[in-house]
Amino acid sequence: MKTIEEIKAAIEAAVPGAKVEVVINPGPSGQHSLLLGTATAAAVAVFLRDDPTLALDFLSNVTGVDWPDKEITEKVKVPRQVVKTVDGAEQTAEEIVEEARKRVEPGYLEAVYHLYSMAKKHGPVIVRIRTENRTDKTKLPSFTPIWRSAELQEREVFDLYGIVFEGHPDLRRILMWDGFKDHPMRRDYVEPDDFEYEPTAHDEVLARAQAQKAATGVGITPQESGR
Amino acid sequence: MAVDEGLKIELGKQGIFVTSLQELYNWGRRNSVWPMQFGLACCAIEMIATTMARYDMARFGAEVFRPSPRQADMMIISGTVTKKMAPQVVRLYNQMAEPKYVIAMGACAISGGPFKQGYNVLKGIDRYIPVDVHIPGCPPRPEALLQALITLQKKIDGQHLTGEDRPRFLNAEAQSEFPVPEQGAHDLEPTSNTGVWPVPLVIR
Repeated sequence: MKTIEEIKAAIEAAVPGAKVEVVINPGPSGQHSLLLGTATAAAVAVFLRDDPTLALDFLSNVTGVDWPDKEITEKVKVPRQVVKTVDGAEQTAEEIVEEARKRVEPGYLEAVYHLYSMAKKHGPVIVRIRTENRTDKTKLPSFTPIWRSAELQEREVFDLYGIVFEGHPDLRRILMWDGFKDHPMRRDYVEPDDFEYEPTAHDEVLARAQAQKAATGVGITPQESGR
Repeated sequence: MAVDEGLKIELGKQGIFVTSLQELYNWGRRNSVWPMQFGLACCAIEMIATTMARYDMARFGAEVFRPSPRQADMMIISGTVTKKMAPQVVRLYNQMAEPKYVIAMGACAISGGPFKQGYNVLKGIDRYIPVDVHIPGCPPRPEALLQALITLQKKIDGQHLTGEDRPRFLNAEAQSEFPVPEQGAHDLEPTSNTGVWPVPLVIR
């Protein structure tokens, strides 16, 4: 099979205007992935499936990743008015001062696809597509028209992460019930309060059980149960 | 009112068998507890293994697994009860006719088990329906399920036909159908049925 760089070159040659980046996997498996731009992702996927040398006809796994917002603290050199005491008299002078500035880099949701070739018996080729942010712009093109096995798996990613796949024939929740409002695999999901009875609680579960006991007065914690 | 054991044995030696209505009634009931075909997860495989030749549950009377809850006496909750499935389990329990018994098989049915902190896992089916026998294990051995069946049979044996402590099916005021939980926006509503699950309180 071609290396990841060669696949990237092949995609850029075949699909004009395609945005492809290589995401290096630093771990020992070395399974690098291709980050696709969402506008041309479907065209790239069709190329990956139909190309005679790649022939990636089997989509084995679709999963989601939640990248939360990052708070970055940078040290920036900024000219500021500084009050200094010179010979007993106060003076203001302009100086270059180093300041710590915080900014929030918005996070995104990502769908990761593992592609194999049944015809050529090679793989995996890993493809990622990212949404714009985690709050309102969470649409991605669906790969179900291209590989049928994406149908149920994209439903799972929609259920657990909240990515809306456009072009999916039947996008509804699959593991949780239809009236459920949250997306459980997101980083900011908080489980509902049903920690009334936790006989061997520790760490976070203990904290939740104690908080629920304090809030509602109902429940028993390990200290009280005498264990 | 039980018959004196010594007298029973003496008369038995003479070929006269004495029993009470309660003993006979309960003997018939306990030796023909028909379970419902209800398996959720891995414990269901162990339940199936218990019905097969090596561990044979049919010896104890639990022979025919009925597909319909209307015809079943017992429900073996074997496997993890998800919050999506929980209303269905309670509905099936409500559809069973009295006398009905529940065996919670495995850690998941008792308390959520190893998946207790899962987002879709109900922390024990005894939050919504009354459970008669709990079998710990993950999964419990087939012998453990047989032990649970024998424990249930002993419980049935000890049930009185009249009096304050008579079972639910002889007591017109006793509740035998339990509220089915609704699937709310974030969790099941209510999180447990009052009166069924005594949420442990600290008594000082």
